[in-house]
Amino acid sequence: MRKVIRGFYAVAHAVKLSKPSVIAAYPITPQTEIVENLAKMYSNGELKDCQYVTAESEFGAASILVGASATGARTFTATCSQGLVLMSEVLLNAAGMRLPIVLVNTNRALSAPLSIWNDHQDSMLLRDGGLIQIHVETNQEAHDMVPLAFKVAENPKVMLPFMLNMDGFKLTHAYEPVDLLDEEHVDKFLPPYEPPVKMTTENPLTFGCYAPPHCYMEFRVALQNAMERAKGVLEKAYREWTEVIGRDWGGHVVADYADDAELMVVSMGSLTGMVRDVIRELREEGKKVGLLKIRTFRPFPDKEIRDALINANKILVFERAVSFGHEGPVGIEVKSALFGLSPEFYSYAVGLGGRDVPREEIVKMITDVYDGRVEQGFHFGGVKPFEEVIT
Amino acid sequence: MVMNITLGGISKPHSSKNMKTGDWGTEYPVVDEEKCTACKTCEHLCPDGCIVVVKKEDGEKVAVPDYDYCKGCGVCFTVCPADAIKMELKEMYRLEVC
Repeated sequence: MRKVIRGFYAVAHAVKLSKPSVIAAYPITPQTEIVENLAKMYSNGELKDCQYVTAESEFGAASILVGASATGARTFTATCSQGLVLMSEVLLNAAGMRLPIVLVNTNRALSAPLSIWNDHQDSMLLRDGGLIQIHVETNQEAHDMVPLAFKVAENPKVMLPFMLNMDGFKLTHAYEPVDLLDEEHVDKFLPPYEPPVKMTTENPLTFGCYAPPHCYMEFRVALQNAMERAKGVLEKAYREWTEVIGRDWGGHVVADYADDAELMVVSMGSLTGMVRDVIRELREEGKKVGLLKIRTFRPFPDKEIRDALINANKILVFERAVSFGHEGPVGIEVKSALFGLSPEFYSYAVGLGGRDVPREEIVKMITDVYDGRVEQGFHFGGVKPFEEVIT
Repeated sequence: MVMNITLGGISKPHSSKNMKTGDWGTEYPVVDEEKCTACKTCEHLCPDGCIVVVKKEDGEKVAVPDYDYCKGCGVCFTVCPADAIKMELKEMYRLEVC
């Protein structure tokens, strides 16, 4: 059923169809209407066999889900920005405890200065945490990836928390036409969660117990192995989604014009739509540019990225975050995937803290790189001239 | 030899008893049985349940530390009203510095 809805509802509706057993969330900023919609569905009786718990903080919400997931419940939460930071201690534990909690992170900036607007700084903080992370471009993609997140996270070969990233405001607050899934199709794709182990009152267990130096490393290797297996499980799930639902979002990455592009532009998240549009226009002008959309960020699809970028002699990465003291995190990762190759490499951090990224700015950045008007390396796009003064 | 590790570091109840943590501390408490009045102040305030008052064979009651799990925090030493507990540096930390 095709409807014009906001990103919040697109996610909440898909969560409802995924039949979670426990939803826990902290309801105040930087929370979004995702959980507000779910709370409404809960009070209307639309969420059957589900407990909705309002927590005292994001730390509490994540902790409630760790407990619930350990008992074998399908669990969901949503947060972003400072809320994700507050959750992070618990989420890293959930990764180590191998609990398949699904959360939607509506990417927003971190303080200070206080900002509630969009960029990717929050999820990048958890880059190394053992959570599966994907980024979506549209509300339809966000809607579709929710059942997939549960399926992949709960796969016995994986058993990892899954963070679905969607751009705050740009997607969450935007009205877009979304073809809403129905129960029949989601049930066909997503089976009920069968936990390989769960604690009950008859079978009490400790999760994430103390691991001294003689065995800690093995647990971390097991976590890495699970992430590696998640690559294959994700890829299979992406394909299965297309078979069951009929919409094809591609694999870990989606490349356009990669065969003959001299310049490949790399983008992740909602910015990709406009970048694609610009690239189509530049193609019509005869410029050999191409696009690589990164969907899976963790596990990192290094081989797929290398294969897509191998023919280009220039790479340009659009970043929505900065690893302060180095450069943009996506650029760092993409470069590692290209080790041994030596294309010219450019990256631009744009739209931090919700700064608008106008179309003409994207055109300028791409053509500047294409025509060789900028130096290689890391740049900021769309920054005003400024001087730092004392008060 | 292949080591078995559980998914997510899951363990069954009481298995933490196998994990002796008594070697963590730098100092350990020593009870002077003559001075100990078996008042149980240390037993009540030990954060790890590692010192309990027991009845000896001769019928006298005395506080006995559990060195398998005691981490040497020194709470018992601080709270003892009879000044019957002192903290001693473990042998391995007694270095002669030239």
